[in-house]
Amino acid sequence: MIRYVSSRLAMAAVMVVLATLVIFLISNTVPGDPVLTQLGDLAASNPATVAEFRHKWGLDLPLWDRYWIFLSGLAHGDFGVSIVSRRPVLEDIADYAPATVELASVAFLLSLVVGLPLGVMAAVKRDSWIDHVARALSLVGVSAPTFWLAFVMLAVFYGALDVAPGPGRLDPVSFPPARITGLLLIDTALQGDWDTFHDALAHLVLPSIVLAGATLGLITRTTRAAMLEALSQDYVRVAKAKGLRARIVVMGHALPNAMLPVVTLGGLAYANLLAGAVMTETVFSWPGLGRYTFQSAVSVDFPAIMAITAIVAAIFVLVNFLVDLSYALLDPRVVKK
Amino acid sequence: MPATVDAPADAPLLQVRDLRTWFLTDAGPVRAVDGVSFDLHRGETLGIVGESGSGKSVCAKSIMRLLDEPARIVEGTILFRGRDLAHLDEEGIRAVRGREIAMVFQDPMTSLNPVLRIARQLVEAMTAHGRFTVAAARTRAIDLLRRMGVSAPERAVQSYPHQFSGGMRQRVMLAMGFSNEPSLLIADEPTTALDVTIQAQILDLLRELNADYGTAVILISHDLGVIANVCARVLVMYAGEVVEEGAPEDLLTDPRHPYTWALLHAAPRLDAETEDRRLVTIEGQPPDPRAWPEGCRFRARCPFAVGKCAEHPALLPVGPGRATRCWVTQDGGPLHPPGRVSAQAAPATTAHPAPLLQVEDVQKHFALPSDGLFAPHRLLRAVDGVSLQVMRGETVGLVGESGCGKSTLARLVTRLYEPTGGRIVFDGHDITHASQADIRPLRRRMQMIFQDPYASLNPRMSVGEILAGPLKLHGIVAGDAAARTRVRELLDLVGLPARNAERFPHEFSGGQRQRISIARALAVGPDFVVADEPISALDVNIQAQIINLMVDLQERLGLTYLFIAHDLAVVRHICDRIVVLYLGKVMEVARAADLFARPLHPYTRTLISAAPVPDPRVERTRRRVPMKGEPPSAISPPSGCRFRTRCPVAEAHCAAEEPPLMAMAGGQMVACHFPGRI
Amino acid sequence: MSGIAQRIVVPVVASPSRRWLRRYGLAAAGAAIIVAWLLLAIFAPWAAPYDPNFVDVAGRLKPPSSVHWLGTDALGRDVASRIIYGARISLLVGFTVVLIGGLFGTLLGGAAAYMRGWAEEALMRLTDLVFCFPPIILAMAIAAALGIGTGNTMIAMLVVWWPKFSRLARSLVITQRSLEYVEAAQTIGFGPAHILLRQILPNAVGPLIVLVTLDLGNAILVFAGLSFLGLGVVPPTAEWGAMVAEGRELVQQWWVATFPGIAILSVVMGFNFVGDGLRDWLDPHARNR
Repeated sequence: MIRYVSSRLAMAAVMVVLATLVIFLISNTVPGDPVLTQLGDLAASNPATVAEFRHKWGLDLPLWDRYWIFLSGLAHGDFGVSIVSRRPVLEDIADYAPATVELASVAFLLSLVVGLPLGVMAAVKRDSWIDHVARALSLVGVSAPTFWLAFVMLAVFYGALDVAPGPGRLDPVSFPPARITGLLLIDTALQGDWDTFHDALAHLVLPSIVLAGATLGLITRTTRAAMLEALSQDYVRVAKAKGLRARIVVMGHALPNAMLPVVTLGGLAYANLLAGAVMTETVFSWPGLGRYTFQSAVSVDFPAIMAITAIVAAIFVLVNFLVDLSYALLDPRVVKK
Repeated sequence: MPATVDAPADAPLLQVRDLRTWFLTDAGPVRAVDGVSFDLHRGETLGIVGESGSGKSVCAKSIMRLLDEPARIVEGTILFRGRDLAHLDEEGIRAVRGREIAMVFQDPMTSLNPVLRIARQLVEAMTAHGRFTVAAARTRAIDLLRRMGVSAPERAVQSYPHQFSGGMRQRVMLAMGFSNEPSLLIADEPTTALDVTIQAQILDLLRELNADYGTAVILISHDLGVIANVCARVLVMYAGEVVEEGAPEDLLTDPRHPYTWALLHAAPRLDAETEDRRLVTIEGQPPDPRAWPEGCRFRARCPFAVGKCAEHPALLPVGPGRATRCWVTQDGGPLHPPGRVSAQAAPATTAHPAPLLQVEDVQKHFALPSDGLFAPHRLLRAVDGVSLQVMRGETVGLVGESGCGKSTLARLVTRLYEPTGGRIVFDGHDITHASQADIRPLRRRMQMIFQDPYASLNPRMSVGEILAGPLKLHGIVAGDAAARTRVRELLDLVGLPARNAERFPHEFSGGQRQRISIARALAVGPDFVVADEPISALDVNIQAQIINLMVDLQERLGLTYLFIAHDLAVVRHICDRIVVLYLGKVMEVARAADLFARPLHPYTRTLISAAPVPDPRVERTRRRVPMKGEPPSAISPPSGCRFRTRCPVAEAHCAAEEPPLMAMAGGQMVACHFPGRI
Repeated sequence: MSGIAQRIVVPVVASPSRRWLRRYGLAAAGAAIIVAWLLLAIFAPWAAPYDPNFVDVAGRLKPPSSVHWLGTDALGRDVASRIIYGARISLLVGFTVVLIGGLFGTLLGGAAAYMRGWAEEALMRLTDLVFCFPPIILAMAIAAALGIGTGNTMIAMLVVWWPKFSRLARSLVITQRSLEYVEAAQTIGFGPAHILLRQILPNAVGPLIVLVTLDLGNAILVFAGLSFLGLGVVPPTAEWGAMVAEGRELVQQWWVATFPGIAILSVVMGFNFVGDGLRDWLDPHARNR
C-alpha cells in the first residue's frame, strides 16, 4: 500500500512539473503580446518605453531562463506579480478562490445528493417512470449551455418571479463577515451572523443549481450505467441465490462495485467545477477564480495565467491522485495488481 | 416465513411437473424449457446432461426462480416440500433460496463479489435466514472452509476473492451452499471452468458432502463422465425437454434414445483403444427454440428415425427406473452400436526421420508490471526450457493444465512471440529470432487454428474476404476471379457450401466458424498446423465433427499437427505422440498408446486418473491417484522438480535437484527421479 | 404442441413498428433535428427572412411577432435570421474540431496501443498531461494568447480535444489486440500497418463513432461558451453563444438571449439522442432486449 501511494505521488509530482512546462511554452511562444494590451497603442510606439516594460517584466530574457525563474519561483511559493493588478498573483488568487470553492463545493454536493440515488433507482427500476425522469434530467443537464441556463434562471426566478436574490454573493446591503476562510457560509456560521448566512445561502441557490446541471447529468448517467453493469454480474445472482433481501443485494453487493467508475468521474467533475465555473460566475457576477482567469486571459497577463493554470493542473493531478487512492480502498484488486 | 408443510417421508423432495420456461422476447417466445417433469428424492444425486441450448441451466434457474428478464415460467409446477416454488411470492422464494435450496454456479471467478471479504460473503449467507448470529456465523464459516479443504481457513476468511484460485473459490462457493444445511444443492456446471485435477477434487468433495449431510444434489453438466462420476440417476435433455431418464449404469452402456446414443459415441474415450480416428457424429444443428419441429424434436438428425417419429413421443418407461422419449426403442430393443467406417484403416503415418520442427530448450519469460515505481519487475516463466521434435506427417499432442505454458509454446513455435532463450528450427530454418519480414515466406508453410471460434474470425470481414486475404498476401492466386474460385474450393474442403463466402462470421455457429478458421489456415497450403485447443469451446457432437475433419484433412493433404488440448481423451484419440507439460516444463514424452498404458511420470498418472470416464462400472474399478493441492505460481516455481509440491511420491531429493528429461525404453522420455514408481 | 401454446397466455408482443419506435424513436428525432439544422445552415441565405447583420435601430428590441418571428435584438437585427446564420458557425466548428481532433487522437492512441513499449508509455503520458488541463481554461488561455477569432478558437479547442479519443482508441485497440483474429492475421503474415488499419480499427470504430456523435454536441457547447465570454467570434458575426451574451442583461427582452440558447440546446440534445441510439444499436445486450 505504501509503495503504491508513494509511486502514485511521485508520478503526480512529475505531472505537475510537466504541466507547468506545457503552459509556459504555450503562453510564451504564441503571438499574444502584453505590451500592446498594457501600454496602449501610443506608448507601444515608443521603443524606449517598450524596452523598459519588457525588461521590467523579464520579457527580454531567453525562454529557458524565464521558465527557470518561473519554476524556482514556484518552488518558493512565489507565483510572480500580476501585470494587470501589480500585486503578487498568489494574493489575487487567495482573494478570488474562496468564492469559487464555495460555489463548486455546494454544486458538487448537490449533484451527488441528487445524482447518486437517482442513478441507482433508475438502474434498479429500469424502464420505469423514474428511469425516464433520470434519463431526461441527465440529458438536459449535459445538453443545456451553462451560461444560457444561468440567464434563464436569473430571468425567471429573479427577474420575473422575484423569489431568488440577484447576482453576487451577498445583497449590497449585507455586511460581509470578517474573513476567516473566505467561505461565506462558514465564516458567517463561525461568527453567528445568521442573517448574513441566510443571505449568502440564498445567493448560492441559483448559481449552484446552474453549475450542478452538467455534473448532475454526468453523475446520474454514470451511476445508472455502472449499476446496470454491476446488477448483471454473476455475483449479484449469487447474492440473490443466498436469499438476501433485494435491498441488500443492491446496496451491499452491486453498489460497492458500481462506485468505482463513479468515483473516477466524480473526482474529475469536481476539478472541472472548480476550473469551469467561469460562465456561471460571469452571469452571476460571482467574484471567483473563473472571472479572474478570464480577465487575465483577455489582458494577456502571463504571470497570472501561468499561476492559475499551474494551480489548476495541480488540482487535477491531486484529484487524480485522490481518485487512485480511493480506488485502492474501494477495490482490493488494485493494490495487489 | 411460511411454516414448512412436510409431506410424508417417502414423498419426493422435489416434483417438477410440465415446467415451461420461455424467454418472452420481442421477436416471439423462445421455448428454452418446454415441458420438463421429474422427481428428486431426499439425498438423491441427479445429473442433468445436455448440450448448450438444451435448457438444462434454465431449468435449474427456474427452480430457484433466478430467471432474468425476459425469461418467465409460463406453465408448470415445482413442488418442493409441499410448496409450489413456481408460484411462491418474492418473500416466500427468498426464504427458500440459500436456506433450503442452495446453488453453485459455473464460473467461480465471477461468482464471488470482488470487493467484499470472503468472511462477509459467507456470514451474510447464514445471517440472512436468521439461523445464526454474526459471531456464530463467523466461527461456522471457518469450520466450513476447513471442511471444504481450504488450507488456513482463519486467514482465508479475511481474504478477498482475487487472492484465490478458481478451485479455491469453488470451495468457498460450496461452503456457502452448505452453510445453511439445505436439503437440495443445485450445481450448475460447477467444474467446467476448472482443470481436470481440480475438477476431480471438487467432484470428490461433492460426493462426500452428499454422503455426510444427506443433501440431495442436482448436478448439471455437458460431460457424461462428470455425471457418471457423481450421480445415481441421469436426465438427458434435448431441445427443452427430457429425452431419456435412468441410472447411469443402464443409460451409459445401453442408451435407449438416439440422442444419448450419439452423445455417448461422439466423445472419444480415455479407456478405449481405437483403430480409426474418426468419431461417430450426427448431422446438423439442434432445432430453433422459437419453433420446435412437429413430432420428435430429434427426428431431423436421428439415424434411426422411422415414420412414426412424425408424432411427438411422450417420455415412456422402457424398463425399471428407465424412460425414454423415443418410438424406436419403445419395444425394448437396444440401439445397435455404430458401424465404424474403418474400411480404409488409416495408413500408418510413415513418419520421416527428419524432424519438421525442432524446439530446443526454449524459454519465454514475461515481465509483469511492477508493484510500484521502484519495485523490481517480476518474471512470469511461462515456458521455461522446453525441447521437443515434431516429425513430418505426425500429430504431436501437447497436454497440461491451464498455466502450464502450452498456449505460449504454440505462439512461440509460430513466432507470434519471440523466445527469451533457446532455439526453434523449422525445416532447417532457424526462426528463433527471425524478423517478421524474414519469417513471412515460412508463414505459407506454418499455420495455426485458434481456440475461440467467436474471437478468431474478424467480425467485420466476410468469409470470402477472410479466406482471400492470405491468398492475395502471398500471391498464391492471380486476380479476383481466381481468388473466388479458390475460396469456393477451400469452403468445400472444410465441408461448407460455397455460397457462404458472402456471409459474415456472426451468421455461423461455433462449429461452422471453426471450419472457416481451418479453411483460413489451409488457404496458404501449409504442411504444418498448430491447433491451439481447437475444439474445447464446442459441444461434444461438434467436437467430433471437427476432429473428423482434421483427421480427413491430414490424410488428404499430408499435414503435420501440433495439437494442443487439455482433454486427455481427445489427445489420446488423435495424436501419435504426446508431450505432457507442467508449469513450463516437459514432464513426459511418449507415444500415445504407451503413455496411457504405462505412464512413467507421477503427474501423467494423476492427470489420467483425474479424467472422468462416462461409464460407472469403469469408474468404480479405476485406480485413483488423488492430486494434492493447487498448482504453484509460474512466477516463483518450486525448486528442483516443479511437480514435487503436489507429487504423491516426492522425496527430499526432488526439492534439491531438478530431474532431467531422460530417455527410457521404447522412446519414452520422462523427467522424474523415480519414473514409474506410482 | 400448438394446443399448449394456445393455452399459455403470452403477453402481447409489441408490433415491429412500435418496437422500432421505442428503441430508436429518440435517435430518429435527434437525427431529424440535426438534419434540419444542417439544411438551415447550408441554405441560410434562402431560409433566413432577413439579412442577419441588417441594423434597424428604429425597430430594436421588438418582441416576437409575425414580422420578426423571434423578435429583434438591441440593434434591431432579426433574431431568427441570426440564429439561422449562427448554425453555420456552430456546426462548422463542431464538426471541424471533433473530426480533426478525433482523427488525430484515434490514430495516436491506436498506434500507441499497437506499438506498446516506451512509445506507448510516452504517448499516453502526453495524453495524461493534456488531460490535466480543463478544456475551457486552456482554450481560454490559448484563445486569448492567439487573439480572438473563430479560427484561433478552433485551434485552441483542437489542442485540448484529442486526448479523450486517444484514450478510447487505445483501450479499444488493446481489447481487440488480444483477440485471436489479430493473432490469426499475424500468423498469415500480415504486417502491423495492415493489422491496425484494416483489421483492428474497423472493429473499434463503433464506440469511436458514438463518442464523435456525443462529442459534437459537447464541442458546440464549448465553442458557444467561449463565444459567450467574447473569445469566439468577432462581432458582428452571428453566433449563438455571442447572441446569448449580447442579450444577457436584457431580462425584460428575454427573447434576445433565450432563443439562441434553445438553438444550442436542441442541437446538443439532437447529437445526444443520436449518440445514445448508436450506442444501443452497437451494444448486442441492449439490442436483444
